[in-house]
Amino acid sequence: MSVLNGVSYGLLLFMLSAGLTLIFSMMGVLNFAHASFYMLGAYVAYQFSAWSNFWVGLLIAPIVVAVLGGLFERFLLRKTHKFGHVPELLVTFGLSFVVLEIVQLIWGRTSVDYPIPASMSGSLFKVFDSTFQTYRGFMMLVAVLMLVALYWVIKRTRIGLVIQAALTHPDTTEALGHNVPRVFALVFAGGCALAGLAGVIGGNAFITEPGMAQSVGAIIFVVIVVGGMGSLAGALIASILIGLMQTFAVGLDWSFAGAFTTLGMTITPETFGYPLWKLKLSQVAPILPFLLLVVMLVVRPKGIMGTRDE
Amino acid sequence: MNSALKPLQFKPLNGVRIVVWSAFAFILLTLPVFFTSSFAMTLLCLTGIAAVACMSYNMLLGQTGMLSFGHAVYTGLGTFVAIHAMNKIVGGWWIPMWMIPLVGGLAGLAFGALLGYVTTRKSGTPFAMITLGIGELVFASALMFPEFFGGEAGINSNRTAGKEMWVNLGLSFGPQLQVYYLIAIYLLVCTAAMYAFTLTPLGRIANAVRDNAERAEFVGYDTRLVRYLMLMASSFFAGIAGGLTAINVEAATADLLHGVRSGSYLLFTFLGGVGFFFGPIIGSVLLVFSLVVLSEYTKAWQLYVGIVFLIMVVYAPGGFSALIMLNLRRVKYGEWRKMRWPYAGMFFFGLIALWGFAAIVEMAYQLKVVEGSGAALTVAGIPLNCQSLASWLIAFAVLVVGSAGFEYWRRKFVAVWDSGEERIAEAIKKAEAAIV
Repeated sequence: MSVLNGVSYGLLLFMLSAGLTLIFSMMGVLNFAHASFYMLGAYVAYQFSAWSNFWVGLLIAPIVVAVLGGLFERFLLRKTHKFGHVPELLVTFGLSFVVLEIVQLIWGRTSVDYPIPASMSGSLFKVFDSTFQTYRGFMMLVAVLMLVALYWVIKRTRIGLVIQAALTHPDTTEALGHNVPRVFALVFAGGCALAGLAGVIGGNAFITEPGMAQSVGAIIFVVIVVGGMGSLAGALIASILIGLMQTFAVGLDWSFAGAFTTLGMTITPETFGYPLWKLKLSQVAPILPFLLLVVMLVVRPKGIMGTRDE
Repeated sequence: MNSALKPLQFKPLNGVRIVVWSAFAFILLTLPVFFTSSFAMTLLCLTGIAAVACMSYNMLLGQTGMLSFGHAVYTGLGTFVAIHAMNKIVGGWWIPMWMIPLVGGLAGLAFGALLGYVTTRKSGTPFAMITLGIGELVFASALMFPEFFGGEAGINSNRTAGKEMWVNLGLSFGPQLQVYYLIAIYLLVCTAAMYAFTLTPLGRIANAVRDNAERAEFVGYDTRLVRYLMLMASSFFAGIAGGLTAINVEAATADLLHGVRSGSYLLFTFLGGVGFFFGPIIGSVLLVFSLVVLSEYTKAWQLYVGIVFLIMVVYAPGGFSALIMLNLRRVKYGEWRKMRWPYAGMFFFGLIALWGFAAIVEMAYQLKVVEGSGAALTVAGIPLNCQSLASWLIAFAVLVVGSAGFEYWRRKFVAVWDSGEERIAEAIKKAEAAIV
């Protein structure tokens, strides 16, 4: 059961990191505001589901977020391109600030009530005693559909071909008559749409609040570093890994102290380092992704599927 | 033989430097004479600490080109270790209170050596992401070890402890003025040390690693080692800032380690300007002004700061210090006079547009709290009502008029600026021709 929940969370992370990875590998820009677009997706969907219903939100919110992302790329990000990568990163960092404030300005500082649609609030099936929510299944379905669609667009369509070409040889692609800046804007908007879509289905599965961008933002950075910068497959593996890790860890109360006791050692509050040994795995769950990041950097700095080592 | 071809000599103490540093020391010495209120004193102390922190941050961003999202880790851990050291003094240890910032600095150095070993394995964008991750890791860990970090409540100490020891030179650090002068001395020494550091071989190689890491590596330097050493040096000074915070506020909470704080170091260092050594000092003044003063006036201060930041990144990536230097260059070449009217026009209409924008933002915020505190508000002394259509129309109209006027003068300004640039380039060419 934890496996399925972990996979569904992992797939949500992948929807976010896929867009981020695409934008990064294509433009060399780390979109710091990616999680802000995720938040915007959730809030826009909340607004539309309040006005009409969830399905309208599911359809419209990614489009709204994509348009906003495209406008941002066209009017701000593109102007910093000539200054190099650091100002590009900084402009997205500034955007994350502004988006957070605007969200608070429009929807307030507390969480909003963005419910799961009634048709999917039940349980899909039961394994032993625990139930698997229908909505979790729906999340997985959407994520997998998105994955397939993304794969199809990149590998099988003409625009995907141009994107792949612009990824490796932007100058040659431009010489062949393709508008590479427009392709960039398109990819940026597309990545934002994916983040928006993740926000639509993640916002009601978890919680829609102004802090949601920050809580998930750091994790998706971990995902793309661990997966290997710019690798979609790596991002998928890392997302699922982190999703599973976090879901499992929350349910387990293993600790070093317990392990030592099993090994026949005595651990008391007087033992050196007791605060560390007594920590339960469920308590350290929030930092596990970051520990994974540290371990990965020490053991294999280029990430799971990384090819370049800078 | 003319002057331009003399061999370069290393003369660290030249006339300009003596004047600038004496002036800096003099200003630090006399500030409390002009700012006597306790609020102003608090601001001065915070600014001094922020200046050390921002300058240490600029060792990474400006000098080595390392964009860190986790600088608060080093300032924050410096504060925690310093607070624990202060409690040891309370418990009878023989550490002079004025050396506590050094304790914080050593703590920063130690954590820099530990965490930097991992983070500096990468450079550029991956480095930025990893520092963010490490920052989250440290912040989350802080809440897991309440024994050291004091949990949600944090830990407290007392800076007047150990005042009877002869090593404290009779200073009790009870009055804020003594704390101010302690901060001022540390600020002066740290500024001088960091400036001297930029002139060392390591400081110069850091510049090379920033500008072209590949080439620096090809020449034979280990760029990773350079980054690692720079990060340790930077975290040492960050730790000093943390130690000063410990003395200044006598308390530490996990908030000190939070990513928001790291973000504000980045944001304000950049606003001050990373290209010049004094840029971060301007940044620290802006930081304290925004966090303490601006936030008193408006709840939306982060929105204004964020928008200013966006505009600066796109249109003036050198920050305020670069703007100042560019204008001084105009003054030097006698071009500044021509820009007076465009500047005046931009300033005037900019203020009008700012009022319109601020009115819209503030009315939007007021709408959220209308039940609690009513619909009436004033923006810069002008009364508005967030539930009346007229107020909204006025605000929008003012914004449109202000923006249009600003844009008109901005175009004039760009024309004057560009033609001035050409004339300056011409003048420089002539001067060079005269030398050869």
